[in-house]
Amino acid sequence: MEHYSMNLTLQIWRQKNSLDKGDFETYEIKDISSEMSFLEMIDVLNEKLINEGKDAIAFDHDCREGICGACSMHINGRPHGPWHATTVCQLHMRAFKNGETIVVEPWRSKAFPVIKDLVVDRSSFDRIIQAGGYISVNTGNAVDANAIPINKDNADDSFAAASCIGCGACVAACKNSSAMLFLAAKVSHLALLPQGKPERKARALNMVAQMDKEGFGSCTFTGACEAVCPKEISITNISRLNKEYFGAGLSIDKQ
Amino acid sequence: MLNSKIPDGRLSQKWEEYKGHVQLVNPANKRKLEIIVIGTGLAGASAAASLGEMGYQVKAFCFQDSPRRAHSIAAQGGINAAKNYQNDGDSVFRLFYDTVKGGDYRAREANVHRLAEVSASIIDQCVAQGVPFAREYGGLLSNRSFGGTQVQRTFYAAGQTGQQLLIGAYQALERQVALGSVTMYSRHEMLDIVKIDGKARGIIARNLITGKLERYFGHAVLLCSGGYGNVFYLSTNAMGSNVTAIWKAHKLGAYFGNPCFTQIHPTCIPVSGDHQSKLTLMSESLRNDGRIWVPKKQNDTRRPNEIPEDERDYYLERRYPAFGNLVPRDVASRAAKERCDAGFGVGTSRQAVYLDYAAAIERYGKIECNKLGIDNVSAENIMHHGKEVVKEKYGNLFDMYEKITGENPYDIPMRIYPAVHYTMGGLWVDYDLMTTVPGLYALGEANFSDHGANRLGASALMQGLADGYFVIPYTLGSFLANEIRTAAIPTDHPAFIEAEKLVNDRIHQLKNINGNQSVESLHKKLGKIMWDKCGMERNAEGLKQAINEIQQLKKEFWSDVRIPGDIEEFNPELDKANRVADFIELGELMCIDALQRNESCGGHFREEMQTPEGEALRDDANFQYVAAWEFKGEHEWQVHKEELIFEVAKPTQRSYK
Repeated sequence: MEHYSMNLTLQIWRQKNSLDKGDFETYEIKDISSEMSFLEMIDVLNEKLINEGKDAIAFDHDCREGICGACSMHINGRPHGPWHATTVCQLHMRAFKNGETIVVEPWRSKAFPVIKDLVVDRSSFDRIIQAGGYISVNTGNAVDANAIPINKDNADDSFAAASCIGCGACVAACKNSSAMLFLAAKVSHLALLPQGKPERKARALNMVAQMDKEGFGSCTFTGACEAVCPKEISITNISRLNKEYFGAGLSIDKQ
Repeated sequence: MLNSKIPDGRLSQKWEEYKGHVQLVNPANKRKLEIIVIGTGLAGASAAASLGEMGYQVKAFCFQDSPRRAHSIAAQGGINAAKNYQNDGDSVFRLFYDTVKGGDYRAREANVHRLAEVSASIIDQCVAQGVPFAREYGGLLSNRSFGGTQVQRTFYAAGQTGQQLLIGAYQALERQVALGSVTMYSRHEMLDIVKIDGKARGIIARNLITGKLERYFGHAVLLCSGGYGNVFYLSTNAMGSNVTAIWKAHKLGAYFGNPCFTQIHPTCIPVSGDHQSKLTLMSESLRNDGRIWVPKKQNDTRRPNEIPEDERDYYLERRYPAFGNLVPRDVASRAAKERCDAGFGVGTSRQAVYLDYAAAIERYGKIECNKLGIDNVSAENIMHHGKEVVKEKYGNLFDMYEKITGENPYDIPMRIYPAVHYTMGGLWVDYDLMTTVPGLYALGEANFSDHGANRLGASALMQGLADGYFVIPYTLGSFLANEIRTAAIPTDHPAFIEAEKLVNDRIHQLKNINGNQSVESLHKKLGKIMWDKCGMERNAEGLKQAINEIQQLKKEFWSDVRIPGDIEEFNPELDKANRVADFIELGELMCIDALQRNESCGGHFREEMQTPEGEALRDDANFQYVAAWEFKGEHEWQVHKEELIFEVAKPTQRSYK
């Protein structure tokens, strides 16, 4: 792989706090190596800003391995940037060319208010999980792990849904700011397993109700969420959620 | 005098006996008792959820925006449990024995045996929660072997086992939040412990959104804040992983056990330049099929594919014919460093070795062609089928490698190099997991107890969940049963006011320095000292220099750091400054500990103490103890020794030849 360095123009959303109106600021940055990750490029910019006596750009990030789900930048109009199935922290500067202008914004959704610059509040996702995204089993209640065989296909599909990292890119990409893919991933993860069956009706109804309460929009099934999901969570999970939801809504017994 | 409170009786009976006699707290009293949990990784989330279920009032804290983001989530390989589902001779005893031996006889037998005993229940609990472990076509759980053991006891969920286990614990935690038994404080960082009448009774936390300090009371405080590998700046830890919680505890009287025991993981993606912010692990499972080599010629600049077979040195297979590429982590890491230091390293930095899948691709390709009944296959066809098999087994890891390096590992051997991964050291705890401060506990990677001088693969997840789900719910009772008459202490108590003032003063002092260097650049300096002089190999001379350099760096930090922004706002640079200030102090203690331990064991390799073949040379006569350090004042510590007694797993020299 040939390495190169580049000069870039960055337009980054700056907003001091949730009350501030916020605006884009333009930064010129030089000698960025194609080997850097996108966040390392922001690190370089921050180092420069600090040396100039300015405030660093705030952004969420933690594991930098694409699994914790903290990083969340809208890059050139696309959540997590140009690479398919990749979180911002795994995006590398090889994706860009010398002289390019890159626009960086926070997730945009009423349910994800901006805290500062590129950092948003995603606690609404935690509250959706609190509404039923679990199996009610206290520690110590469990039977032997091999007591219930689970069909491998269901187990694999359940795992694929459970690999959601809760980053919120699906919401950021959706023109309705719907959280359906996030919610569907959790409902599918649990509904596909026998352990999750006893609570499936209440789970689907309560989690959807919580999503509405948090101010997320409705799903019109355009598929933007699936296209940007760094973990390639399939939109078929939304179909499964719809089935679970309608099934639960039509039955008298909500348990 | 250290009292580890190990119960009497035969090793295999201790935990049963303990559980039968430990004091209980009745349900009505549990409702009146408050517990603070710091950190929401596997240990913290499982403890908070379990204690909430039992009826205690729990307050859980994490610095991330959600408890689900704790760094346990990044664990790839798997979790060990003595289930013996594969009928291959596994047992509680074997898991116990492997863990003690793998730790090079520097762990406490009773704790490790308990860990092995509860391991099976962890898998049951996780499956009941809906953790989607890998399964066989018959619907039962799948296992793989891991970390050089001779049985298949590792349960896994593709390369995302930590994620799935953490989400299981997180969901259990959120369920308790919904029920009101746990109150969750995200984006809060603990900055001090409050001690009243000698007992831990609360914390001072900084709300990272508003920047304001807040006070919280608890009858007991549980530190589940993970390891401190980021003292090296570059490590596989998350950017936010830090030592602050356990360091504050240490300065308030909790002894620090074996701080120098660090695990350097052999298979990580090498550093690409000065901009590097962290290192990425490539799962140990890759060593099951990959072959590790360097050129036989020094400073060979040819591309890997241009180097013929007879000019390659498969140095692990050469040095350790019995275990080959599957030697434990400490051994594999040192061997890679030895080759690179001798001038045989590869890549632009010359600080890397090859991990080659060509042989595995060919082998799998042939098997696959046989299976498919294809005759007269071309080499190309074999490669094609072989790549498909490798993709199914390791696809996500190969993709990750390609994203980071821009090279396709199916065609070009991966370049790897060791990196800091885990810290076996941590707060000293007794059998109850209580530190030397009454009412203050440490769980998971934050304590020192189970892995000795080297941790085996797939054992960190096991320990985190064992401590949280199955140990602390019992052992906490022995302390809290005597606290039922203690009413909640109001947070306007003088001890809270005093603690908050100290934290506040320190933050203002840091902020007002207004020097010339960023926190990040000072952290890098610390990392370089630690890696060069207290890393994979250590010697007395280097450690003494390092202690001196770190003391200088501390002065530099406190006179020249520059923190932008304001105190009372969202300010990640200030958060980092608080953490790095503690890392600097910890670094000094790690070097002091490494200097006093004049032996080589596990991940701690003292150059002066090696066999003629260059292997670690343990000194059981003089160093078969836990070094528990008591903080005495700036640059001053006193060591207390807990002698380790091996009644069952008798120490032998580890050999993988």
